[in-house]
Amino acid sequence: MRSIRAAAIGAVTLSLALAATACGGGSATGGGGSNDSPKTLTYWASNQGASIEVDKKVLQPELDKFEKQTGIKVELEVVPWSDLLNRILTATTSGQGPDVLNIGNTWSASLQATGALLPWDEKNFEKIGSRDRFVDSALGSTGAQGQDPAAVPLYSMAYALYYNKKILADAGVTEPPATWDELVAAGEKIKADGKQVLGAEGANLAENIHHVYVFAQQHGADFFTADGKPDFTSEGAVAAVKQYVDLMAKDEVIPPGNAEYAQNQSVSDFAKGRTAMLLWQSASANLKSQGRSEDDYGIAPVPVQSGTPGSGKQVNSMVAGINLAVFKNTDNLDGATEFVKFMTSDEEQKILNKAYSSIPPVKAAQSDPAFDTPANAVLKDTLAQSAVALPQVPDESQFETAVGTAVKDLFADAAAGRPVTTESVKAALEKAQQQMPAK
Amino acid sequence: MTTTTAPAEAVRKTSPGAADGHPRRPGRIRRAGLPYLLLLPALLLELLVHLVPMVIGIVMSFKELTQFYIRDWTTAPWTGLRNYAMSVDFNAPVGEALLHSFLVTCAFTVLSVGLCWLIGTAAAVFMQDTFRGRGVLRALFLVPYALPVYAAVITWVFMFQHDNGLVNHVLHDQLGLTDKPSFWLIGDNSFYALLTVSVWKGWPFAFLIVMAGLQNIPRELYEAAALDGAGMWQQLRRITLPSLRPVNQVLVLVLFLWTFNDFNTPYVLFGKAAPEAADLISVHIYQASFVTWNFGTGSAMSVLLLLFLLVVTGVYLLLTSSGSTRGRRRGAA
Amino acid sequence: MTRSPMAPPRSFLWSRRIFLTLLTGFVLVPVYVMISSSLKPLADVTGEFRWLPSELTIRPYIDIWSTVPLAKYFVNSLIVAGAATVCSVVIAVFSAYAVSRYDFRGKRVFTVTVLSTQMFPGILFLLPLFLLYVNIGNATGIALFGSRGGLILTYLTFSLPFSIWMLIGYLESVPRDLDEAALVDGCGPLGALFRVVVPAAIPGIVAVAVYAFMTAWGEVLFASVMTNDTTRTLAVGLQGYSTLNDVYWNQIMAASLVVSVPVVAGFLLLQRYLVTGLTAGAVK
Repeated sequence: MRSIRAAAIGAVTLSLALAATACGGGSATGGGGSNDSPKTLTYWASNQGASIEVDKKVLQPELDKFEKQTGIKVELEVVPWSDLLNRILTATTSGQGPDVLNIGNTWSASLQATGALLPWDEKNFEKIGSRDRFVDSALGSTGAQGQDPAAVPLYSMAYALYYNKKILADAGVTEPPATWDELVAAGEKIKADGKQVLGAEGANLAENIHHVYVFAQQHGADFFTADGKPDFTSEGAVAAVKQYVDLMAKDEVIPPGNAEYAQNQSVSDFAKGRTAMLLWQSASANLKSQGRSEDDYGIAPVPVQSGTPGSGKQVNSMVAGINLAVFKNTDNLDGATEFVKFMTSDEEQKILNKAYSSIPPVKAAQSDPAFDTPANAVLKDTLAQSAVALPQVPDESQFETAVGTAVKDLFADAAAGRPVTTESVKAALEKAQQQMPAK
Repeated sequence: MTTTTAPAEAVRKTSPGAADGHPRRPGRIRRAGLPYLLLLPALLLELLVHLVPMVIGIVMSFKELTQFYIRDWTTAPWTGLRNYAMSVDFNAPVGEALLHSFLVTCAFTVLSVGLCWLIGTAAAVFMQDTFRGRGVLRALFLVPYALPVYAAVITWVFMFQHDNGLVNHVLHDQLGLTDKPSFWLIGDNSFYALLTVSVWKGWPFAFLIVMAGLQNIPRELYEAAALDGAGMWQQLRRITLPSLRPVNQVLVLVLFLWTFNDFNTPYVLFGKAAPEAADLISVHIYQASFVTWNFGTGSAMSVLLLLFLLVVTGVYLLLTSSGSTRGRRRGAA
Repeated sequence: MTRSPMAPPRSFLWSRRIFLTLLTGFVLVPVYVMISSSLKPLADVTGEFRWLPSELTIRPYIDIWSTVPLAKYFVNSLIVAGAATVCSVVIAVFSAYAVSRYDFRGKRVFTVTVLSTQMFPGILFLLPLFLLYVNIGNATGIALFGSRGGLILTYLTFSLPFSIWMLIGYLESVPRDLDEAALVDGCGPLGALFRVVVPAAIPGIVAVAVYAFMTAWGEVLFASVMTNDTTRTLAVGLQGYSTLNDVYWNQIMAASLVVSVPVVAGFLLLQRYLVTGLTAGAVK
């Protein structure tokens, strides 16, 4: 009797499961979008300002402007970074997502592979002007090479060396360091003065990736082969990761406490005048919101191994930024395109990038004098001449997790006083590589 | 209502066979339907939230559900047992990491459940007699359990900070026990940090249950023992602990399942990427699914975890059920 | 609960004193940190730890409401946890009544199935449940995903197994003579349940309600995926205090305290019932 009952329950369960399966594709398989609800849009913005509330204050007036122009009401949700990728993933799986969304530009190729984002072919680009309106380096971080971009650039950022003028002057350092050796040497003087030298976010996977990737380029290495296979253990890659971690382990310019930083504590340390230098992307607005006047700190290019920043081994930043994507099964395709056009228009680009102290990826907007301040000049030059896009491969997000975690663990070792050797770095990277999806 | 006494009669019948033997009476169908009707809401919810999703999860574990297919998981290619093979291949990195995480979780669970039980029982036994301040103390002891998980854990995160946390301030600055400030949320110490938080949060539950269990011990037992000249410690060993056996059986099982499956504590404590030393299996699987976007392997790992828990629970119940248990009580009723 | 008329031996008293003192310290330190830090200026919580605030300020308690929309999250949590609790208790009472008072086919299958869901790892059905909600939404137009309704359904089911199990135990301790008398008096089975059994089972029901409420109030994993801006609950919302430019520890502590006080207060007020409920329900 019992088994019959169990079988009955099983049957009901199964049939329900099948029902779920049957409608599983539902909205997702539809493929192209529609224009079923032309009067509303949902927009997921990433958290660019000091807080989510700040973002709402920045964006809402612009959305109101858009509504006035087009009659389309935009529902805004600012999604915290901690949730953004999860939310995008679940939206992709279910087909229940926003119409337009911000994505970290390094995710472009990964998300492109899901097929959930509208490809920006020539026809679509025409609707928002043209492809040529955008800066090349920014376009280089919008999806895999040879495919139509999965998103269009919205904000561009680059790393720079932020330095506290007073601390450097007090320690007798007259010029901001231009090479890593100079930085370490300056660090000795600053430490002698009793200050911390360089801030870093040792437990922040994305930050770790951004830095070691640039270091790898400086060592003439990459983390992926030309055909997109992970290659984490090349001599150059190991040397790159070791050099970054050695800033804490051997050179002792990064304080051990930073090994557990993951929530921008290094920025507030810098803002409070505790550390002399910080490698960060577009930190001005952030520092200002913490009450640090622009006169107190200087901005210089991120150091290189030797010589001056440029291309190839002389790169000193990743192409950081935010892209704007359209969810393929939006029910307001025209409105979504219209919205992207609005957000990437010269005028909006100026307003938004000023608010977030980023650089407009739209050429025409860059000419605004606001982006010619010394601070922005450094960022602009870096983007134009010495920034490199992170690998545009589908496995990029797994790479960020695997290698980012490896670096985090190495920092933890360094902070605990354990030796960081070429072997230990190589072993950590070896393990990271094995965790990558099998090809 | 003429048939109102019938259900009460039916209740008495412990064997279904006897009920079947009864002649049909009007209203019997309605009565027979009533228990099912009462169970219906629970049944539907269990189906919707637990069982059907579990079946879907099991189906997913046989698919290659990576970012290329998540848009429509039903069209993802079948991979047979490959996800499972990968999960249990302990010579390859994925399996090795899973095994490591599994062992960490086992060690963590055993220590956490053991400590929770020990502290909870000790506190309950010590507070069996009335003394001044007992009520206040009891309320105080329940606070960690009553606090919302994230509020409690985030307070510990603050205390475990390297530069501005209380733990290093006390151990290093004030007591000088360590020669330099330690890291608690990264590296090897993270295991102890996790254990501390888990015990802090979990022992009051053991305390609560044991306290309730102690109230069921007839006072006469103690009086008789006292007449025999048994001291406090002997009473504890001869009466209190043996009487708590059935309570402990349930308590340890519940604590075990909750601790083993705990996601909230490590997630709030360490974020999405837990340090290796504290890589609990729930977070490990979460990472395998959501962070590396491989939901097929993640599901396979969850299914393996479920099987493990089923086996452990089954064996545990078999081994411990010989004593006085709930089943016997129901049989006697 | 005096055990024996004899005075406890000295060794017992001393161990008790030492043990309880240490335990009190262990329990209190985090609570103290939470309270004291919530009254500190930001500089005190970002610099080296200090036991006492350099100055007492209630600033964090003012700021918490504007840094993140705490009030909104609070209301969401209250609605979700409240509704989940009420539904969970009602459904658990029905089920427990059926199991404890009736013999029917499938009883064992039911109890075993329901109880075994207690051991499901949440991560196994997070994504499937999410898909299911979306599909139900597409098929019927009932928005479960992203809505409070979906979260309520989820949480109430989470607490069902343990609640049903505890209530079965408790109802069996309620003498059957009671409902039989009610039946004789002319109540239907449901009348007997509500007029006689439920009132007699109040401690057990309260214990179950407290458990259900706490489960819903503290859950993080499902809330992080299944809520959006308007339905976000406290468990997820509290992460908002780690902003891009600083970790406002003082505000985090203040907010933690604010969201904890109602739960802890309720819990302590009801603890008497809790012990009684557990005594009869879970541990007999």
